[in-house]
Amino acid sequence: MQLSREALQRAYRQMKVIREFEERLHTEIQTGEIAGFTHLYCGQEAVAVGVCEHLDIDDKIVSTHRGHGHCLAKGCELNGMMAEIWGSREGLCKGKGGSMHIADIDKGMLGANGIVGAGAPIAVGAALSAKIDNKGKVAIAFSGDGACNQGTTFEAMNFAVVTQAPCIFVFENNHYSEHTGVDYAVGTARDIASRAEAFGMKVWRADGTDFFAVHDTMREVLDFVRGGGGPAAVEFDTERFFGHFEGDPQRYRAKGEIERIRESRDCLKNFRISVTGAKLLTDADLDQIDQDVLDSIEAAVVAARAADRPTPEDVLSDVYIAY
Amino acid sequence: MAQMMYRDAVLTTIAEEMERDSSVVVLGEDVVGGMGTPGGPEAIGGIWSTSTGLFDKFGKDRVIDTPISESAIIGAAAGLALAGKRPIAELMFADFIGVSLDQIWNQTAKFRYMFGGKTKCPVVIRMAYGAGYNAAAQHSQSVHQILTGMPGLKVVMPSTPADVKGLLRQAIRDDDPVIFLEHKALYGMSGEVPEGADQIIPFGHARLARAGEDVTIISSGLLLGFCEAVADKLAAEGIGCDVIDLRTTSPLDEEAIIDSVEVTGRVVVVDEAPPRCGLAADICALIAARAFASLKAPPQAVTPPHTPIPFARELESAYLPSVDKIEAAVRHVLGWR
Repeated sequence: MQLSREALQRAYRQMKVIREFEERLHTEIQTGEIAGFTHLYCGQEAVAVGVCEHLDIDDKIVSTHRGHGHCLAKGCELNGMMAEIWGSREGLCKGKGGSMHIADIDKGMLGANGIVGAGAPIAVGAALSAKIDNKGKVAIAFSGDGACNQGTTFEAMNFAVVTQAPCIFVFENNHYSEHTGVDYAVGTARDIASRAEAFGMKVWRADGTDFFAVHDTMREVLDFVRGGGGPAAVEFDTERFFGHFEGDPQRYRAKGEIERIRESRDCLKNFRISVTGAKLLTDADLDQIDQDVLDSIEAAVVAARAADRPTPEDVLSDVYIAY
Repeated sequence: MAQMMYRDAVLTTIAEEMERDSSVVVLGEDVVGGMGTPGGPEAIGGIWSTSTGLFDKFGKDRVIDTPISESAIIGAAAGLALAGKRPIAELMFADFIGVSLDQIWNQTAKFRYMFGGKTKCPVVIRMAYGAGYNAAAQHSQSVHQILTGMPGLKVVMPSTPADVKGLLRQAIRDDDPVIFLEHKALYGMSGEVPEGADQIIPFGHARLARAGEDVTIISSGLLLGFCEAVADKLAAEGIGCDVIDLRTTSPLDEEAIIDSVEVTGRVVVVDEAPPRCGLAADICALIAARAFASLKAPPQAVTPPHTPIPFARELESAYLPSVDKIEAAVRHVLGWR
């Protein structure tokens, strides 16, 4: 299905926001200003955006420790996210969550998650809620090739099949479980989808670096699940441009690997080639979006730096009792 | 007032709350029972008979019989709660928290705080706990001390059918995750229960089960009854015991404890969980910090030893706190100096 000019611009903008958000964090983290652990999503933007462009605010997603992209794609405020990563009380979680725990329940974003594999059962619960409400809404569990080895993920898939919950398990296979290759750690290395299939659900596979492949596939998946077909799973083959965490020396990478994937497997570059080649958008259209996005990221960083810091008293708020 | 068994108090409270609020959902292993068998749904109705009939009344979307997948049960409950429902998850045995601990501890308990107070997480996790059935090391444990140590969880341990009703109703209506611990040996206990669907007991308010001025005995759950038996025996000798039923271990009614000890100066804390880093030690520390000047004797704890729970009848009896052990501890503090 051909997307409108507006839809194409929006999709590109969303992917670019994620890309530049992460690239800027990669730079800022070097200074030591940002605390804690940060896991960047660069390279996988087409998956988050290709999935979430089909969702509305009443569909739910559950994310991972590498969650910034999912949050932005689902509609979390850029400034609120940046402020959260800066640890500000103006952040989406008032500086209590940080990079790994960004959530915005009102937007249907039920949380990034610091525990690999923990999200899938939570997504099944949200899907069961959607089933009770019977309005055709779904829940998405984003998982990586690392999480596909966790028992919680297996439990969640069987649970979803048994209860016919409208849950979609999106596996982003970026070929690295932290610092270990998928060929070693996943018994069905390049075929996580077959595991999901074995649990009794319908599965799809697509190139996760191709926005159009993701978007078209998800349309089919969502039609199936919203139509009452039960849970489903999709495996997207994708790439992680940075390390597991910021500061990861990535000694496990092949020589020239990052240059190669950034050249040939960059979803933003490939999107640009597709849409300009087909004369759907011009380079000038996309350049304008690029500049707008860079400006908004700069503004978000400036705002995060200037935002209120939490006070020691804030430690004891949002609890039912303080001992 | 009506006579009702502890297990029926659980069932009727759940049914009343499901009737009142369509967002209340039940899930767990065999909560329907018989699914996918020749016997059909409700062939079992929950192994503790605490969900019997709910499936027929409220249907399969609100009474969800689950595979044996404790992590997924708790995780699904958390997801249901984030999506606006009020799930009541059942772990068949409290010992199974080990299988599902990440979803209890790192997920459910933390959402409200970790997400900056912008969400509630109204999950009730019911579980049968406690020894006395020779069910051995993996089906007999008291887990409240582990869960009480986790910020974000409320922990409830009712000791009577009336308290089950009032506390479970509060648990279901509460916006925070609540661990609701039902002692296996109390399911058959009969007691008077106030009628009416609005009987609520707020958390953090202990119950004075016996009143006296000579010694304070603090407990909860099954052992509360043992403490009452000791108090009744000593009453015949003219010794008065304050028996405090904590009802909830978090929030803890610190004032009820301190107020009593300030009068008696002598205290025994009785708990079914192991001794180290446990509830009894925690309460003794609280008393030492806040009522030191009132103490006439060192606070005593009566707990099982620091071992797994043994199987054989003789061994389990030796393991558990008993009326005799509690009485000995009470006489010890009474006889100090």
